[in-house]
Amino acid sequence: MENLFEQLLNGLRSGSIYALIALGYTMVYGIAKMINFAHGDIIMVGAYTLYVSMEIYHLSAVMAVIVSVIVCAILGILIEKIAYKPLRNAPSLAVLITAIGMSYLLQNLSLLIFKANPIKFRSIIQIASIHIGTITITGTTMVTLVVTIIAMFLLALFIKKTKVGSAMRAISEDKEAASLMGINVNQTISITFAIGSALAAIAGVLYVCQYQTLLPTMGALPGIKAFVAAVLGGIGNVPGAMLGGVLLGIIESLSKAYINSQVADAIVFGILVIVLLVKPSGLLGISRIEKV
Amino acid sequence: MRKSKLISVVVVVLLCLGLLSGCSTKQSSESKGKFVIGGLGPLSGSTAAYGTSVKRGAEIAIKEINDAGGMKIGDKKIKLELNFQDDEASEETVVSAYDTLMDQGIDALLGTVTSGACLAIVDKTHEDGILQITPSGSALKCTKNDNNFRLCFTDPLQGEMMAELAVKQLGYKNIAVIFNTSDEYSTGMKDAFINKVKELGGNIVISEAFVKDDVDFTTQLTKIKNSNAECIFVPTYYTEASYITAQAKEKGMNLPFLGGDGWDGILDNVTDKSSIEGAIFLSPFFASDPDEAVRKFVTQFKKEYKTTPNQFAADGYDTVYVMKAAAEKAGSTKSSDMIAAMTKIKVKGITGEVTFSKNGEPTKSAKYVEIKDGKYTSKK
Repeated sequence: MENLFEQLLNGLRSGSIYALIALGYTMVYGIAKMINFAHGDIIMVGAYTLYVSMEIYHLSAVMAVIVSVIVCAILGILIEKIAYKPLRNAPSLAVLITAIGMSYLLQNLSLLIFKANPIKFRSIIQIASIHIGTITITGTTMVTLVVTIIAMFLLALFIKKTKVGSAMRAISEDKEAASLMGINVNQTISITFAIGSALAAIAGVLYVCQYQTLLPTMGALPGIKAFVAAVLGGIGNVPGAMLGGVLLGIIESLSKAYINSQVADAIVFGILVIVLLVKPSGLLGISRIEKV
Repeated sequence: MRKSKLISVVVVVLLCLGLLSGCSTKQSSESKGKFVIGGLGPLSGSTAAYGTSVKRGAEIAIKEINDAGGMKIGDKKIKLELNFQDDEASEETVVSAYDTLMDQGIDALLGTVTSGACLAIVDKTHEDGILQITPSGSALKCTKNDNNFRLCFTDPLQGEMMAELAVKQLGYKNIAVIFNTSDEYSTGMKDAFINKVKELGGNIVISEAFVKDDVDFTTQLTKIKNSNAECIFVPTYYTEASYITAQAKEKGMNLPFLGGDGWDGILDNVTDKSSIEGAIFLSPFFASDPDEAVRKFVTQFKKEYKTTPNQFAADGYDTVYVMKAAAEKAGSTKSSDMIAAMTKIKVKGITGEVTFSKNGEPTKSAKYVEIKDGKYTSKK
């Protein structure tokens, strides 16, 4: 029983990181109707920015986190302006290829700057683990869960209550109509990319605190898993991305723990296939009839 | 029609023969006046530390030999040269890196450093008939052909030796294992370890797998934590081992770790040295060995590269001396002669005195290294 509880916590921790990243995928898809495959690499940029600001510029941990969030947000806006905006009316395949290209560009730039060797980075979260009976809850797990819950809560509030939030919802419903109603589409899309990238930066910081290693390709695998989570929850749907991420983490952890650690990934992706067969729009997605 | 086809086939065959004879007329090392050793190993990527170490060790050996005038073939002195290519420890890259070396012309191959990449080219080197000595490729099949030799221990042998240490010397009864299921090195060591532990009357209470690029081991560690294991055997490279040990420490697990020779170099790759305190792994070389040859090598290495050499550097160093011994014994730098001489030589290197069997396997003694107070120490 204790075992199960601890495994659930393991799953929740990695799941909440997936969820943070999945939010970026889903928000961008909801508004710009594109899969931003470079999103996973924003995590890497966030983690390296943290490293550079702490190790080279000797900023405090809090300042370094703020810097990496800002850097990623700006990077997100720039990527959209430079690579995606000119293609807004192009076929979706062209945008997809551009996004993949952007992902490789980011990876290779960091390979060029930081070299391929892994860099060890000591976690900025130095909170002692809590022991309850035989259960151990690590400091990183607690911080990850708290940060994720706060971030999601703020995001939900932002989308529901603010003017920009309702502009986002309006654009995701119907871009043309929204622009006719006087909503600044370009600005709203920029804000969406900024928020998504800022969340990815936070995920990157949490990720590097957990695993304490920096690699130019570190964003690839969590990026793919988060994309799966977004699709699982119903891409374009914000609560769906949260649910999908957490579910994915838990399924991964439990299948490693109780079925077989060798086939955990196969199970995770197998579940995705089954969900999509039964409900193609994802768990919380609403299937819409395409207007022609 | 038929006849012209026949003629064209003949022409093609002749052309191919022409190509082959072109190869064989490549300048021999004697006429060039130097002996080029081709090196293959990862200089970038997650196992870059191994390749870089081997390369540096080999460079030290070559410098020593050249400073002493070179190696003596018959009545001639020949200088050595190293041409080292990055194979990224990848099964794909290594093939093109090897082709590059062959195109540029090499007399013997030192490499590759990692097992997976080595297996990808053993048949190619066999076809080319070139003497290949891997300094550290420990998978069983790295020496499958008669031109393939190895300087280090095999994976199964390492697993057995660690099992003996765990059960007989340290007295552990219940042992846990975490291994990389997508890696030859890891699974080879794990299988031999498990068999030997059972044979010696020990228990494998839990055996957990992970795959390439995994960074999260908390699930596996939670399972081990809730078993009655007394120690954890981690037959992986240092990268994974550093994740596993850090996450175990975070979970508050105090079980001692055992590892294979891939653990060498781990102290530079952990953020918290206390997470690997007390870990024991196998290594044929140990930098604070009082042996005179080892002292000399370590001093030279530190002077040149400002760090302490690890086992891989020592393997690279010894491999060059083995090649020199083989060439001198054969009195020739032709690969076929050197290969024949390999089983007749005995080299006293810094990783121990080594002889080679017909199968390409080395015979030498092992040392256990224990991490104590954040340093590598010799385990008696």
